[in-house]
Amino acid sequence: MTETTTRVQRVLRHPLLWPVLALVVLVLVNVVARPSFLDVRMQDGHLYGNVIDILRNSAPVMLVALGMTLVIATRGIDLSVGAIAAIAGAVACTRIVGAGDEAALTTAVMAVTYALVVCIVLGAWNGLLVSVLGIQPIIATLILMVAGRGISMAVTDGQITTVNNPFFSDLASGFVLTLPLAFLIALAVLAFTAVLTRRTALGMLIEAVGINPEASRLAGVRARTIIWTVYAFSGLCAGMAGLVIAANTNSVNANSLGLWIELDAILAVVIGGTSLAGGRFSLAGTFVGAIFIATLARTIPNIGIPSEINYLFKAIVVIAVCLLQSPRARAVFRVRRTPRPPAAGPAPTAEPAPATAGVRA
Amino acid sequence: MVNKTLVAAAAITLSSLALTSCGDSDASSGTDNGGSGDGAITMGFAQVGAESGWRTANTKSIQDTAKAEGVDLKFTDAQGKQENQIQAIRSYIQQKVDVIAFSPVVETGFDAVLQEAKAANIPVILTDRAVDADPSLYKTFLGSDFVVEGEKAGQWLVDNAADADANGDGTINVVQLEGTTGAAPAIDRAEGFADKIAADDSIEVTASQTGDFTRDGGKQVMESFLQSDDSIDVVFAHNDDMGLGAIEAIEAAGLEPGKDVKIITIDAVKDGMTALSEGKINYIVECNPLLGPQLMDLAQKVLDGEEVPARVLTEESAFTPEQAAEVLADRQY
Repeated sequence: MTETTTRVQRVLRHPLLWPVLALVVLVLVNVVARPSFLDVRMQDGHLYGNVIDILRNSAPVMLVALGMTLVIATRGIDLSVGAIAAIAGAVACTRIVGAGDEAALTTAVMAVTYALVVCIVLGAWNGLLVSVLGIQPIIATLILMVAGRGISMAVTDGQITTVNNPFFSDLASGFVLTLPLAFLIALAVLAFTAVLTRRTALGMLIEAVGINPEASRLAGVRARTIIWTVYAFSGLCAGMAGLVIAANTNSVNANSLGLWIELDAILAVVIGGTSLAGGRFSLAGTFVGAIFIATLARTIPNIGIPSEINYLFKAIVVIAVCLLQSPRARAVFRVRRTPRPPAAGPAPTAEPAPATAGVRA
Repeated sequence: MVNKTLVAAAAITLSSLALTSCGDSDASSGTDNGGSGDGAITMGFAQVGAESGWRTANTKSIQDTAKAEGVDLKFTDAQGKQENQIQAIRSYIQQKVDVIAFSPVVETGFDAVLQEAKAANIPVILTDRAVDADPSLYKTFLGSDFVVEGEKAGQWLVDNAADADANGDGTINVVQLEGTTGAAPAIDRAEGFADKIAADDSIEVTASQTGDFTRDGGKQVMESFLQSDDSIDVVFAHNDDMGLGAIEAIEAAGLEPGKDVKIITIDAVKDGMTALSEGKINYIVECNPLLGPQLMDLAQKVLDGEEVPARVLTEESAFTPEQAAEVLADRQY
């Protein structure tokens, strides 16, 4: 009996419980509205269905959010990711259009490499401003958020650049082993990040910097290098996201590519249970958060929410999820229920919530 | 104390005198410029920004036509901000240009600056977008009628209804990809389209959702529509870009755009026209950004004291795949 209780308690205390629960509820709403929502079938040699679309469309947000997770863990924030994504798309597309053989594999590889190098440099610039010059992250990255879109407009002359390269197009529309390539790329980056931060001391060092940069420096952690690195990594992730978005429509619109993706990414990170105060992070949570955001985007056309109340619907869902995640908000609901005997009612809200559980991926 | 006040007062008086004289000399030289009698018009144009391919084509048309017709064009880009635009118009008033033209960033809040232009006796022409102000404050408004564009799209569908019913079930299910929610073109195009298809009971809009005028938005919304409904006959997209996104979604679903699902869009930019000529889009209603020639013509008429209508429509047509193939080579944008 006691053993089952502890197991239930452990599940209930698991930080991923609430995001996963929110995702399940959201999927259920979709299934109720349209019973065929979860249907998946084979189509032209790959899987086809809402679920597959959601996985594919979650890739850009997931990529950006992975970089953002590490940045937030160091108590920073990166607002420039949308602009960096636009620059990546702009650079890659103009390279492809300007190349001798537009449809060649080498053209695509060169363009992608070139764009990603540019993005790492831009990320490192953010890192420089934050770690060396000591500018507050929100200001430091705001600079590139505003200027970056100007840069991408300048690269494309303000025009929508359309490219015609099947290999580049595969970044978003291609399938490997019947699964969307874009999702597999995001998954690979997730695995890489997880191994790098959780199988080595790097994750702990990042968290240490997030808790107290000065103390960690005195303890021998190279805070400056770590901060610099996470911003460069965030730039790289944003660049990959930008390439996937551009490849999705075989074109780049410097004005709209990746617009507000920084907010979606921050939301994914927060839904996943990473604290904006820094010092702890959950990559698995970010994964769930990104899937949640993509599912929410699909929910709107699926259940036929009118365009006018799109944002209102999103806002209500996000507020509900955030309240669900807040131990204090849950405590308030519990206080209301105190007149009832404690054993009554379904377990979730009756259990004490972990206030500051350490989160591990 | 008194001394100090006196000095200050004197300084203020002097500086304001200096300012006045400055202003005076400016004004007189300005008048000289404007009325020098060499026939050249000085036009101040305050553009919205450079937010889309359509807009840059619009800018280029105005600049090129001004050059060709010898109009001295003073051009500013408001970068999407109303305060920049108002500032630009004020500076044109101060420079005493002959005529001011602008595409208002938003509909409201231009009353004061338009009053100033009127007081300075400078005619104002609106291009592409309307303002919500007293019509006596501007001479004319040159631009597209978005309702008519929607009507043209709807009329084509009614005329080609028999052909559009791809699955032959007697009803034509239309999905609509809307522009940015609340934008005038999105509202008006939906309205015009709905008005025309009401004539045919078999045509019905089964789903409608915003794709924000972007390819990515159009693709994602269309993906979802295709998952939830396998009887879609027609896509009506409020611009080419969303239509191009829809084409990709339709192809990914294993269907043939233009055949299994008919596509109607509005704009006629080059990429859209290319898809049209390939038969992936079935009909495009033009929304013409090349306002330059009509604008210069109107400016000349206004300055010559001729009466101009309060509303001038852009010269626009619509294209079928065959017509698209013909004009594609000369397409500038």
